[in-house]
Amino acid sequence: MAYRWKNDLKECDVTPEAAYISRRQLMAGAVAGMGLAGLGQRAQAEALEPNSWEDITSYNNYYEFGTGKDDPAYYAHTLKTMPWTVKIDGLVDKPGDYAFEDIMARMTVEERLYRFRCVEAWSMVVPWNGFELSDLLQLAGVQPGAKYIAMETANRPDEMPGVKYRTLDWPYVEGLRMDEAMHPLTIMATGIYGKDIPNQNGAPLRLVVPWKYGFKSIKSVVRITAVDSEPPTSWNKANAREYGFYSNVNPEVSHPRWSQATERKIGGGLFAARMPTLKFNGYGDEVAGMYAGMDLRKNF
Amino acid sequence: MPASSFMNAVSVGPCCAPNPEIVVSIAPTVACPARQFKAAIAAAGKTLRMGITETINTAMRRIPAWPLYILGVLPAIWLVWLGATGGLGAEPIKALEQGLGKKALQLLVLVLAITPLRRFAGLNLLKFRRAIGLLVFIYVTLHLLVWLVLDVQAPGRIWADILKRPYITVGMTAFLLLIPLAITSNNRSLRKLGPVRWRKLHKLVFPAAISGGVHYLMLVKGWQIKPVIYLAVILLLVATRFIKRRRSVANG
Ligand code: HEM
Repeated sequence: MAYRWKNDLKECDVTPEAAYISRRQLMAGAVAGMGLAGLGQRAQAEALEPNSWEDITSYNNYYEFGTGKDDPAYYAHTLKTMPWTVKIDGLVDKPGDYAFEDIMARMTVEERLYRFRCVEAWSMVVPWNGFELSDLLQLAGVQPGAKYIAMETANRPDEMPGVKYRTLDWPYVEGLRMDEAMHPLTIMATGIYGKDIPNQNGAPLRLVVPWKYGFKSIKSVVRITAVDSEPPTSWNKANAREYGFYSNVNPEVSHPRWSQATERKIGGGLFAARMPTLKFNGYGDEVAGMYAGMDLRKNF
Repeated sequence: MPASSFMNAVSVGPCCAPNPEIVVSIAPTVACPARQFKAAIAAAGKTLRMGITETINTAMRRIPAWPLYILGVLPAIWLVWLGATGGLGAEPIKALEQGLGKKALQLLVLVLAITPLRRFAGLNLLKFRRAIGLLVFIYVTLHLLVWLVLDVQAPGRIWADILKRPYITVGMTAFLLLIPLAITSNNRSLRKLGPVRWRKLHKLVFPAAISGGVHYLMLVKGWQIKPVIYLAVILLLVATRFIKRRRSVANG
């Protein structure tokens, strides 16, 4: 079911960056001048100033194309995203290869303006376009025995120069608990700023789970599997002490090598100030309930 | 083993180190693979010395060392300029921090290479070593400053990070080890300490360089090849000193 979650700022429909920003400014002026509804949400909306297209598409972690932040923008153009199929299998009623076009024809794409917090203590605000993962899972018919969702990124040595190196155990895999996968905030993104999502950001479709560290939001998904037990995840396999299965954004639990208490928003230049990191990346009202009673230090 | 016998064998001195060939010639001629290997290298080095090396050494004698300081700081100025004008991408603070750290490490490798280059290739770049060493210190200091002022920002977190984050602890150790070297990198200190003590002190560059390499290896995510290569090269360059030391022990 689409539209289960609304952005703080409702006027930001799918628009190009320039129009987007001018409309925001117009909105702010209108609110101030005429006292329109939605005033209460303005403060938070102001904090959610989206990053520029340039920032979002030039500073990426996508190790299949190299470990440098600018490697994906340089090399990802070699990835062939057409045609694209997503294999949906495991404990589902209708397993099979789903063509990207067929998926898009059945899904409702909406805009979601989300904070994005990397485990490396930097962050962005991204205006994604995408559909709710739950809608796709319902299309395939998840069976009652399925407790987790596992996902896999494309693994193509000919198109991805980084997989020649064993930086990680390829293919990249990630997973969510079923309630997390079904949560209205969890989307499969297919665009940014109303444009097709660029390869370096995970074309043609990637997971976005805004209350978890960025590496949970697996890119260029080729396989979605419903399973009955916690699936392996790439960073956890690489270093279980540093990266847990849940990886919820949490300023109170530091990474063994750095603090997670603060973050720096990308795009602030040489003198950008750090700002406090919010628990669940600011989405606690929506998601904290799913972890009630869990020790988040143990289940980091 | 008295420290001085080690000193004599290793040509780490600024100017008055003994010619390594003399040391080779006093070695007993017992067959030993390591010695044969070394003899082969020495022979190769000798042949080279006749040709290109001689030309380079002659040319180097004419080039003064001071322009190196100016050339050496240009990349730092360039990096800061790029950072201030948007040329370092979306996250200039990290880019600047990493760029300065990388330069520091590269210069450290260069400094370590100077003695082996002379020993095994006959290439004499000794007169540039002080300048390169000081440039290492300048780059590490700038690297540290970027971390303090632009990256961490909160003074309360600085101590916490130094104590709690092992890669910062190791980096800081490297920095501290380099301080006495930078302070004594002038002729007056050399005279005051005397060449033996001065050389002994400046052996701190070995643990400093290894710490720098380990620092890099510790801070990357996943299994990355570049820091492994840097550390391997550093260890190899340090090991060239060790080979000689063992032989000089055997010789009594
Ligand atoms: C001899 C001393 C040092 C050397 C050779 C050195 C070298 C390096 C190198 C090569 C990098 C990685 C650059 C890259 O990723 O391309 C780095 C990163 C870094 N170093 Fe150092 N460093 C030294 C001392 C220090 C000190 C004293 C500190 C702070 C107390 C420090 C803090 C950092 C930080 C915060 C990073 C960036 C980590 C990141 O990418 O998030 N380093 N350093």
